[in-house]
Amino acid sequence: MNRGELAELAEATLQKQQACRLRLLVCCGTPCVAAGAEAVVAALREQLTGLGNLADLELVSTGCQGPCSRGPLLTVLQPGQPEQVWEKVTPELACTVLNTALQQQHLPEQNLLPQDWPFFNRQTRLVLANSGRIDPESLEQYIARGGYESLAQALHEMTPDDVCDGVVQSGLRGRGGGGYPTGLKWQLVRKSSGSRKFVVANGDEGDPGAYMDRSLMESDPHRILEGIAIAGYAIGADQGYIYVRGEYPVAAQRLRKAIKDAERAGLLGSRVLDSSFSFRIDIRIGAGAFVCGEETALLGSIMGRRGQPRIRPPYPAEAGLWGCPTLINNVETFGNIPSIFSIGPQAFSAYGNGKSRGTKVFALCGEVVNNGLIEVPMGIPLREIVYEIGGGLANGATFKAAQTGGPSGGCIPAEKLDTPVDYENLQALGSIMGSGGLIVMGEQSCMVDVARFFMEFCLDESCGKCVPCRTGTVEIYRLLSRICNGSASQRDLQTLEQLCVMMKDTSLCGLGAAAPNPVLSTLRWFRQEYEAHVKDRRCPAGVCSMNELPLHLLGEQLLQRISALRCDGEEY
Amino acid sequence: MPAITLTINNELFSARKEQTILEIAREHGIDIPTLCHFEGLEAMGGCRLCLVELQGSPRPVPACITKAAEGMVITTSSDKLIEYRKMLVELLLAERTHTCSICVQNNNCELQTLAAKLGIDHVRFDYLHQQLPMDASRERFALDHNRCVLCLRCVRVCDAVEGAHTWDVRGRGSTSRIVADLDRPWGNSTSCTDCGKCVQLCPTGALYKKGATVGEMKKERSFLNRILERRRLAAQGRSL
Repeated sequence: MNRGELAELAEATLQKQQACRLRLLVCCGTPCVAAGAEAVVAALREQLTGLGNLADLELVSTGCQGPCSRGPLLTVLQPGQPEQVWEKVTPELACTVLNTALQQQHLPEQNLLPQDWPFFNRQTRLVLANSGRIDPESLEQYIARGGYESLAQALHEMTPDDVCDGVVQSGLRGRGGGGYPTGLKWQLVRKSSGSRKFVVANGDEGDPGAYMDRSLMESDPHRILEGIAIAGYAIGADQGYIYVRGEYPVAAQRLRKAIKDAERAGLLGSRVLDSSFSFRIDIRIGAGAFVCGEETALLGSIMGRRGQPRIRPPYPAEAGLWGCPTLINNVETFGNIPSIFSIGPQAFSAYGNGKSRGTKVFALCGEVVNNGLIEVPMGIPLREIVYEIGGGLANGATFKAAQTGGPSGGCIPAEKLDTPVDYENLQALGSIMGSGGLIVMGEQSCMVDVARFFMEFCLDESCGKCVPCRTGTVEIYRLLSRICNGSASQRDLQTLEQLCVMMKDTSLCGLGAAAPNPVLSTLRWFRQEYEAHVKDRRCPAGVCSMNELPLHLLGEQLLQRISALRCDGEEY
Repeated sequence: MPAITLTINNELFSARKEQTILEIAREHGIDIPTLCHFEGLEAMGGCRLCLVELQGSPRPVPACITKAAEGMVITTSSDKLIEYRKMLVELLLAERTHTCSICVQNNNCELQTLAAKLGIDHVRFDYLHQQLPMDASRERFALDHNRCVLCLRCVRVCDAVEGAHTWDVRGRGSTSRIVADLDRPWGNSTSCTDCGKCVQLCPTGALYKKGATVGEMKKERSFLNRILERRRLAAQGRSL
């Protein structure tokens, strides 16, 4: 395929879509499938077959449309009319919608989401522009929405240096959590000398409550491939790898199909889009280790070694896969690349706040009314995410804290709700942007218990290479457990703090260095809760059982019991 | 070989460019405690005892693996570092069951020496009391997991010097264990050559010669000197 044919295919598919009098988009993201989306699709398909599969009716199984707690979702597009979305769709409701739409009658209002729903209106969708709008397994539908145009533009109109400069100008920073300027990294790898170079996409998302990368890979796989190919061109690589978490079989399968389709169409492989650039992408599947999200462990895993981090420097930009310069970015970072070139670096950097430009995808979950996948401009106040997009807390609960960054992040208390959500501001609060998990908690959550939950996760996921992380996580977990069951002393609290600070300073990789963050940030903002557990043996949120005694009380209790006994062991 | 100048503990030193901070410090008689490190084996940076403060770095850096650079300003000992080292050794002592009084390596143990040097008289953390198995299936040697500190010297020496790669690690985090071949009893290992290098390099009594009783196991490492020295120099691009 050359550039002209790409434009022709886009035009033809678009015309075909515009000629449809009715397009039905059923969300087939994982949460919607769990809620019964497949039955909805089957019912609609049967209905359409009954009608004789008319060419001007289209049924599309899309990726994630966003409000995951309200699935299955059905979006109806009719020419000349605003789009309408139904939540919690049953096969019957879907058929009613189809039939009334065909008879041009008034569509049912049952479960219809309002037109001006802030969940949709407040978002800015760049990375998720196609998520929920296209069939993720269809190359044509991606191309119809301007797909691979950015790659064509890069290959035919720009030099590799121009591409790197474009990414620098956009102000894009790593979306995996670190926030390292992406353009700078690309330039570094471009300048590194090596016999070969590699591009690696990190899709080993593992934070509890985070599913941005999975949704993106499942909903819009070609966008990631395009981003990786542009990166390959920019740094001079001929091979890319996507490292997909083993728990994401659908994502891996869709990416595999996407690679095959793109290679067949000449959008990957040798002589991409009739240029002199050749680029292959392969998938590598993880085996269930959170630590493989750390870049050096991930590279080790790709090379078939034990998934363990190693000390940097040398950074992967100098010596990565098999000692060659390697560019490693998160899949969401690569998802941003096509947008940067389609709207232009300046337009991209117009979104955002301070040094954080563009948008960020968040997996909004916890005790909010609207759970789901959202994309917002950087710098949006946390309050707006929780109360407008999220619709406030469920069951009228009061906001207590928001946890960002998963086990490496921290909690943001209610008094900091107006903080703009960007890299610097979150870091100042002792949390991190992280990969984009955002867990909202109400007054029913005990912060010590939350810290313990994350520490249990880190304890499980520590690789065991360095001492502070391997044993430190176990000891911190035991201290937190003691605080939660009421047997902790003031001294334990002191030891806990010492250990957390030590672990942060001495661990080998990011996992261990960030593992104490949930404890340190809850100690910083909710110290009174720790004190209440230790001093008063009381859990303010009423979560912890507190059914054990600290040593000194245990002694007193024993003495009392003994003094209540006669010398022959009988009670008086 | 280009020479560089760096400051360690307020004193100026000159050194070769490919040297690590630890090598330079030791050449000049500055003591930095180490446990997982062994001269001539690939540095791992796992025990974190050799952490030193480097001006301009937000966190301490491991001396065993960090290459010296022109103008570095390094502090090898401070109240904070000593406290960290103490806590690290305490964590190691708490992790498995290190009962010196019944250990074959009592008085010859690197972990014990470190603890004594750092003045550790008690452990502030919970002892985990893991009940781990022993593997005495090999004819001449035995492995007691309860004394292992996971320094992985055995893994590295077996792979890089003996070339057998008998040892590797199973599991992760606090459930990590040294395993022979693909987790079979050491006695059934077909790759092990009985060379004993792992046993001699083991810093504690985890790997020991059968027939030794309390305090009798002394590690004999001189037969490895030449080969390890050659490897150490090769890592700096030099030869003997």
